[in-house]
Amino acid sequence: MLKRARRRFFSFLAGVAALPLLAARAASGQPADPFADLVRKITGGAAVKPGRVTVDTPRLADNGHSVPLSVSVESPMTAADHVRSITLLSPRNPRPLMATFHLDPAAGRAQVATRVRLNGSQRVLAIAQLSDGSFWSGVAEVEVTESACLDAT
Amino acid sequence: MAKPLCLHLSAALLAAASCIAPAAEPEWPHPLKSGSEFASQDLRRLQADDFANPGMLWVTRGARLWSEPAGASGQSCAACHGDAAQSMKGVAARYPRVDPGAGRLVNLEDRINLCRERNQRATALARESGELLALSAHVAHQSRGMPVAVTLDAQTRPSFERGRALYVARSGQMNLACTHCHDRSWGRKLAAETISQGHGNAYPAYRLEWQTLGSLQRRIRACYYGLRAEMPPYGAQELLDLELYLAVRGSGLPIETPGARR
Amino acid sequence: MVARVQLPATAKAGELIEVRITIQHPMETGFRFELGGKPIPKNVINSLLVRYNGAQIFRAEMGSGIAANPYLQFHTVAKQSGEIEVAWIDDNGERGVEKAALAVTSG
Repeated sequence: MLKRARRRFFSFLAGVAALPLLAARAASGQPADPFADLVRKITGGAAVKPGRVTVDTPRLADNGHSVPLSVSVESPMTAADHVRSITLLSPRNPRPLMATFHLDPAAGRAQVATRVRLNGSQRVLAIAQLSDGSFWSGVAEVEVTESACLDAT
Repeated sequence: MAKPLCLHLSAALLAAASCIAPAAEPEWPHPLKSGSEFASQDLRRLQADDFANPGMLWVTRGARLWSEPAGASGQSCAACHGDAAQSMKGVAARYPRVDPGAGRLVNLEDRINLCRERNQRATALARESGELLALSAHVAHQSRGMPVAVTLDAQTRPSFERGRALYVARSGQMNLACTHCHDRSWGRKLAAETISQGHGNAYPAYRLEWQTLGSLQRRIRACYYGLRAEMPPYGAQELLDLELYLAVRGSGLPIETPGARR
Repeated sequence: MVARVQLPATAKAGELIEVRITIQHPMETGFRFELGGKPIPKNVINSLLVRYNGAQIFRAEMGSGIAANPYLQFHTVAKQSGEIEVAWIDDNGERGVEKAALAVTSG
């Protein structure tokens, strides 16, 4: 009798112990496409085609405070066919919209570089809007680690 | 009988070793490598790019401050020192040094403030302030490429010895000494980072972690924090002694100010 | 505010040139706290405009996702000699301007 009660008690404990794990898994479950909502805000629901946009950034960032990032878009950059804007998005940043760069048709080359803040390892997304109204995208995966030694100076 | 003899012999050797010039200290890293050799390709490129290197914004500001009149004298640094590229060449490489007027060891930032107070009759700039860092970066930048060459003599030796004692003393919750990482473990990994030899030749430097330019004293304080030890306050004798110790230990390394570090 | 603009000293008409900008600005995110626990208010350069002889050639809308002491690099095509002017404003309303001259020779 005592053995059965003990068994029941331990299986109850196991169940209780599993709860936080299950809850954590459910909470951390990323949506299928973390970009979907962000992108919808930029494009107003218009389709975004992957391609033509190259995001160049180191695979492993030195520090999340400043990560070099360059975006280039294949475009002849003529008055009739050019890149109007390039938008940088980070799904893990507290403010996912990082920047929008507006280009002039006479820019000559659709390529912009800057340094961004990245709040942890993630895929960074760049959306380019062309003069014909179409949207194209490119992604890059960046690992961002904490400093080996924390610094409170 | 053999044991005491061994002890006496090793004590004698140790005594002899400490009388030899610092270059013979066995635990110092060989060959000497600047922090940039342990930095990523991005950081090395950033440091080498005189436009993109964020530290150059402070050098630019320092160059402007250099020509601004200050204090009751109404004189700028340029009024006495002319073109910093000429007059300040090699200066930073000699610091920390004993300032005859003050009669004590001072670092470059201290010396800039002494000049302000004495010659410009201006108030000293606050430690780690934007202006002081800008002037320090501007002056040190004029020594870029030149080897660190501080003086170790009867006057500076006590500070050097205190610096060495601090360098090998365990501290903090982590109970580690500088030497454990920077003499014994340089080149090895600490999480995703490669441990450097802990030299100060690139300072003041732009640290990505700080999102700004900072002094060597700030960097040393950061190491204390990393050990979970109490950080000596800016201007503390311990920090100055360590700056001297580091400069002697890193003698010959080229000044890289403004460095770019993570 | 210290800022720097980099252009080639001279360019031929029709030549693609690279423009680079760095500005000393903390790009304060609004997520940091002082040692005493007091929050540091957000203040970033939110808008930057580049004009070439008065005509807009580049515009950036930025947020706290851009790193401190912002760096920007883009291109333009050299047309006529003149001035490239970079103007920006931050959340506190503080404005900055930096100019650079461009000498364009007929290709």
